Order: sequence, then structure tokens, then C-alpha cells
Amino acid sequence: MKLIFERSTPGHCSDYLPKSDVEKAPRPEKFLRKAKWMLPEVAEVEAARHYKELADQTFGVVSGFYPLGSCTMKYNPRLNERVASFPGFTNIHPLQPKDTVKGCQAVIDLADEMLCAVTGMDKITIQPAAGAHGEFLGLLLMKAYFDHHGQTQRTKMLVPDAAHGTNPASAVMVGFDVVNIPSNANGCVDVEALKNALGDDTAGLMLTNPNTLGLFDPQILEITSLVHEAGGLCYYDGANLNAIMGQVRPGDMGFDVIHLNLHKTFSTPHGGGGPGSGAVGCKDILKPYLPSSFLGKDERPEHSVGQVRSFYGNFGVVVRALTYMLTLGAEGMREASQTAVLNANYLMHLLKDVFPVAYDHICMHEFVLTLADIKKETGISALDVAKGLLDFGMHPPTMYFPLIVPEALMLEPTETESRQSLIDAAEKYKLVKEKICSAPDELRNAPLTTYIGRPDEVKAARNPILRYEE
Amino acid sequence: MAGYIPSTSDERQLMLEELGMKDYKDLYVDVPASVLLDELPGVAKGISEMEAETAMRAMAEMNVLYPTVLRGAGIYDHYIPSIVDTVAGKEEFVTAYTPYQAEISQGVLQSIFEYQTMICELTGMDASNASVYDGASAAAEGSMMCLKRNRNVVYVADNANPETIETIKTYAYGRDVKVEMLSSKKGVIDVNVLEDALCDEAACLFVQQPNFYGLIEDIEAIADKVHNKGAKLIVGCYPTALGMLESPGALGADIATGDGQPLGIPMGYGGPTVGFMATKKAMVRQLPGRIVGQTTDSRGGRAFVLTLQAREQHIRREKASSNICSNQALCALRAGVYMAVMGKKGLSEAAELSYDKAHYLAKRLCEIPGIKMVYDGPYFNEFMTTLPVDAAQIEKALHKVGILSGLPVDGGMLWCVTEKATKEALDLTVQTVRGAVSK
Repeated sequence: MKLIFERSTPGHCSDYLPKSDVEKAPRPEKFLRKAKWMLPEVAEVEAARHYKELADQTFGVVSGFYPLGSCTMKYNPRLNERVASFPGFTNIHPLQPKDTVKGCQAVIDLADEMLCAVTGMDKITIQPAAGAHGEFLGLLLMKAYFDHHGQTQRTKMLVPDAAHGTNPASAVMVGFDVVNIPSNANGCVDVEALKNALGDDTAGLMLTNPNTLGLFDPQILEITSLVHEAGGLCYYDGANLNAIMGQVRPGDMGFDVIHLNLHKTFSTPHGGGGPGSGAVGCKDILKPYLPSSFLGKDERPEHSVGQVRSFYGNFGVVVRALTYMLTLGAEGMREASQTAVLNANYLMHLLKDVFPVAYDHICMHEFVLTLADIKKETGISALDVAKGLLDFGMHPPTMYFPLIVPEALMLEPTETESRQSLIDAAEKYKLVKEKICSAPDELRNAPLTTYIGRPDEVKAARNPILRYEE
Repeated sequence: MAGYIPSTSDERQLMLEELGMKDYKDLYVDVPASVLLDELPGVAKGISEMEAETAMRAMAEMNVLYPTVLRGAGIYDHYIPSIVDTVAGKEEFVTAYTPYQAEISQGVLQSIFEYQTMICELTGMDASNASVYDGASAAAEGSMMCLKRNRNVVYVADNANPETIETIKTYAYGRDVKVEMLSSKKGVIDVNVLEDALCDEAACLFVQQPNFYGLIEDIEAIADKVHNKGAKLIVGCYPTALGMLESPGALGADIATGDGQPLGIPMGYGGPTVGFMATKKAMVRQLPGRIVGQTTDSRGGRAFVLTLQAREQHIRREKASSNICSNQALCALRAGVYMAVMGKKGLSEAAELSYDKAHYLAKRLCEIPGIKMVYDGPYFNEFMTTLPVDAAQIEKALHKVGILSGLPVDGGMLWCVTEKATKEALDLTVQTVRGAVSK
């Protein structure tokens, strides 16, 4: 389809702003814009049709089954969107006098209280804008803690090999050296390897539990106490909190600091890649290091790390998450996580005779299939299967993650799918499986029914075209 | 309680039985019994959608809405065409994930490609990423882009927004990088001493255009001096101002960053907004974050994909250029729609109206005894004045007539005017301030 620039016609525009009602002031000639530049020239109807067409070529949670593992693509309640658009939230300047933003403060305080209750933490900051941003801040709190306690030798961050790629990348941004901890045969932390890695240079451990294989690590209490005994701190990657929301708290498992993905567990929409919110929670020992807004003049903790972005965070996302929490309440949150886990186990049960499950064990909110043997025997890869699923009108699972499972497909159905929709989805997986023998070329060429066929990614990277040129 | 689960408890019981389980507790057998909860303490019972809406509305109504906002300092009250809300409210855009599956995500991918193009045009740069969290984190990521083994000192102009300065310092603390503040003189960077002020290890200088006090910096001269020292220049810009002022790219900057909030995103108590980042060809592969590129598909047609992923964390893990793995897509979409429908004409109008109205207010305010401009250089739509009385007094007086005053800064006031302020509101401002001063 056309780009907005290709719909442009000289002179097309709309009048959005009034004529000036004040005198024209002298211009700073030296600094005025002289170099040639270009923006589209479109009438509003042309823009409206353009974006309608773009929306039609976008697959959202409303478009169909979206079991993208590790992303928690649950339904985004529409009430939350309505509430977030109240002018009393949207038209507020962040630097208004404090007594004129009591409603915003009430939202933040209540979200803090409820998220602390869910996680077992003592304090929440909503400043980080995304999960990776939360990891960055959480690790900064650890670094500041050790600096303040004169333990600057604690430079090693232990990260299991099943961790999200952001974990090691975040650790490096905070100056830690990453030490990989292997998984054992059950897909959980190899405790002996952990013991060997621990020492007085250990800053801490970053752990996702349930992990990226969808398994809850039953050794969790032993793991966190080993890290504490060595003088390290425990970081909880909250990406997978949807499995355990209201069932078990990271704080009770021994974690000192966590990040949450409000855009996963707490139903705020992903928006095609953001905005999200990577709220960070911590125990009392890390409170003195929390960030604050300089201009916002919130009370700055004694040894604050500063701030990781402007103002208070993605407030509008927190409004949505709070609305969700109020609506569900304690029992609703528990029902959501139980159903998410039930749905994942049910789908795994329906699929395990279709594609091999990487770890055949009760899973949490997600599970991983491995197509390594199928690839070896037939040449059909996890990518081919994923692309084949596109022709059945559903979003494929996460592909090739976690890295420790070859030819991985990771499925997370979430709680907002019915039994019937899981059965229907499994039927389609079976049809794709049958094509591996009956029509392998169709899979290699899939998808056939989408707006575009498989894009040439190598070409895109080798000869980058990153903008439109006239 | 309003739940969002499309199954009854009977259906779920049936599913459990099909799995050979008695109840949900069988799903959590791996959780140590000592930490498994039977109920969630500290959280109230759920409520209906109607009750939740009422509760949230009550909180929104505890806030004060100002018909006229004369405060900026990072967040600006510009007019948002209604179509921006309509497009950004489309369910597919709202509920999609990061566009990993290009075949069913062309809409999001193309909207980002268009956004990247418009950011390049606005800033005069060659390449833009798909956006980052906000202007402050964009400045910090931009600074980290410039680090090299023998160039590891980041300079920041002391007249940049303090929120941005703080954020750069925090990122630098993480990487054990030194940050030096560059002192300004009479509100702006002193180009004559700039070269001497930078050390040989200088990686980059971050300046803001217009700066925190609203003053216009001489970017061209600054770029020359910074390049003479072999360092990079990062310019954090106010996008609306670029409807009128020369782009940083044309003036020699290496990286342009900024907050896209003025481009169709409501103030929203400071977030979410969107951070833009663009650079020249030479530094494209150092650019962090998502980038969308054009390619062809298996049918020979044009297609868009996430590209240059070899820089990113999910491939490179600890060797990645940054940990960032999302953008602010829906906010970038808003900025894209805003720039598309406003066009050069609309953006220039917004800039010129803001400029003229700010100058009108400044002139009128300075007619009041005891109020004068703190700096005398050219400014865009923000300016600092002295105050003969306590700033809180002015703030309170204007509050009573529905006007959010300028921001109290260093005993004076940092005023900001956009196209939304009418002459009537500005005259009322002057009259009210005059009254407060003479009391």
C-alpha cells in the first residue's frame, strides 16, 4: 500500500489553528529554518483512509488468538481506556502545584499499595517506562546499595541461561559482569553450579520464576537464601508474574527487588510496542536509593540513584493498571492467574501429541514446544510452522526463545481464552502438522493469505532503507 | 466483580478433570507450601465496571484542570487535532504487540517507517529509530552512543532541563562514565570558551535547543567547536520549535533527540510520551532501540520489517548496545499522525503562534514594575522573568482565574506560551499579575 508521502499533493491540508490574535514579533533571522524539508500534504480524509488501511493490516488481540509466549497478550478491558482518557488525567501538567494534583497522587499511592500487596514488596516506583527500563533501575538500586555499603567488589551478576535477553543487557548497563548459570535437566536452576558461582564478588542473581520454560522452580527458597548467605541480593524479573499473581509473592520467595510489566500482568495494552510501564518494587533495605523527579520536587530518598527518565513515569499506563486491579480485586486476580495456568496446561495437553513439549511437566502460564526432531527429519523449521499458522488467522507463538531449546515455539494463551478457543486453536496446529508431510512446500512458502509474503530480512539489514526518500 | 475470563467455573472444573486434576491447587504443586497463599491479603474485593469507573472518575476530579497553561519545562500544552485521538484509538493499534511477525504487522511497521522519515525531516538527520521512552532517556541513550575507549567523558550543558541532566547522570553512573557540566553564561553556552572547556577524552556534548530557559542556542557555532575537539554534538530539541528554527542536522549536530510530547500527545501528568532519536549515516549502527527498514517480500512487493537487530539484546544479550527492547509505538503513531495532518504549514503555524504569543506576554509582563527579563538573548516560547514578589503569590493569584502560572525557578518565573493561549487569557494574566504585585 501507499506511504503517506505517496498520498501527498501540494497544497492539501486542514486548518487546525486559528489566525494570530497578537502582533507579530521580530524574528531571529540567523536561527530560522532555511534548509529544505518535507512533510506530507494531505487533507484529513486522505489521512483518515490511510490510517484505516494501516489498522486493517495490523493484528491485535481483538483480531484473534495471540498466544505469544512471555508477552501475556491478555484482553485489554475497554473501561481502562475510557478511564485513562478522562481530562482530569490527560490534561494535567506534571509540574502543577501539589495541591492541584491530588487525584494523580491518589492513583499513584493506591497503585503502590495494591502492587506491594501483590508482590510482597515494601515500596513501588512507577518511574521506569518499560520492563527493560525497570530492570535497569532495579539493578541500579543494587549497585547503589553496594556502593553505599563499601562493597564495590560485588561486580558479578548471576543470570540463568534461560533468562530473557534483557537481563544480561541490563546488567551490563549497570556495570556488572554477567555470569551465566546453567539450567539442570529439569529446566530449573542448577543449584550446584549456582553454589560454585557464589562468592564475595557476587552482587546478586536475576531470576524469572516461573522461568521462560514456563516452569516454577521448586528450589526457589533454597536459591534465594544461598544468594543472601553469600551477601548478594535477589532480583525478580516480573515478566511472568501473570502465572502467580495472588498465589505466591516474590517478596515471600526471598526477592529484594522486582520489576513488573504492567502491560503484561495488569492488562494495559501493548500499543504495538509501547507505552508500557516497568514499575519497580523493593524491600525496605533498597528504599533509600529509589529515584524521584527533580523538578517534580517529590521527597528525594537519601541516597537516590537520581532518575531514569523525566517526571514520574508512564502515569497513564498506571491509571489503566489500577482500574484493572480495582475491578478484579483480590479474588479476581487469583482467578485470573489460576485460569492462565489452567489454560496453558490445557493447551499443552491438547498439543503434546502434535508437537513435542520441551519439558513435559505441569507448566505455569506458558510452555515450550521443540521442533528439533521434526526439523532434522523433514527440514521444516519452527519458523515454517509459525508462518503456516498465519494462514489460519492466528498469531504464532514466540519463536526461537528461550535460546536453550532448539527450534522452540513458546505458547502463552492467557486467561482470556475459552476452552473452545483453545480446542479450535489446537485443531489448527494439527492441520499445520499434517501439512509437514502432505504439503511441505506450502509451509516453506507460507504465509499465502497475508498482505505480504515472507519479507527478506537479510536484504533489509544488508542494505538498510530506514526512511522514505522522494 | 467484573472478570474478563470467558469461561464459567464449571467449564474450568471440567478442564481440570480432563487434565486429571481435582482443583486448581494441583496446578501449583511446584510452589513450596510455606509460601503458597490461600487468599491475597491487603487487596479489596473486586467491583463492577460501573463502580470502578465511578471510583476512578472521583480521583480524576480531585485534580485541577487549568483552561490556560503557561507552564512548560519539558511538557507542553499544544493543540491536538481530533483525528490523532481517533487513529490512536483504533483497537488494532492499541492491542498489538511489537511487530515481530511482519506479515500481519505491516500497519504498525509502516506507521513507524513513516514516523522515522518525518523525524528525519524535522531534525535534518539521516536515520531515526522507532522511538524510545521519552526525551530524557533519549538524551541519555544518545550520550552513551558516543562512548569510546579513549573518549569516555560526557559533557552536559548546565542550562538543559534538570530532568534530562539527572537522567544522563544516572545512565552514566550505571556505566561508570564521568559526566562534566558545561557552565553557561548569561543563560546560553559561551562559544568562545567552549573548546577550552572540553577535555581530550570528551565523547560528546549534550545541549538543549531552545535551552531550559527558552533561549535559542547557536548550534552551528557550538557544533564547530565540539568537532574541533573530536567530540560529538547531541542536540535535545523541542519539536514544535523546529517548525521555525533551523534543524540540528543542518547545523552540524551528530545526534538529535527530544521528547515528542508536543506532537499530539496530551500532557498526561508527564507520561506516557515518546523520545525521538535520530542521527547521521555514520552512526546508524550505534543507534539503540528498534528500527524499521524497508525490504521486499517473497512476492516481490514492498515490505517493512524490524531490522539491524544484530545490535539488540535478544540477539546480543550482554553485548547489546542497550537493553531497550520496546519503543513507545502508540505515542510514535500519535506523533506521526500529528505531523502528517499538520504538515509543514500546520507545524510552522503552531511554532509561530507560540513564538508571537510568548513575545506578546513577555512584553506586557515587563511593563509591570519589578518584572523584567532575566536574559536578553533571543528565545522561542519560554522565557525567564524576575518577580518583585514571591512566586507562590503569583501562582496563587493566577490559579484563582484558571491560569497555571509559569514555573517558579530560582526566585523568578519560567513562562511558557503555546498557540492555545488566547490574547484574552494573556491579557487576563497580565492584569492578574499586576494586581498581585501591587497588593
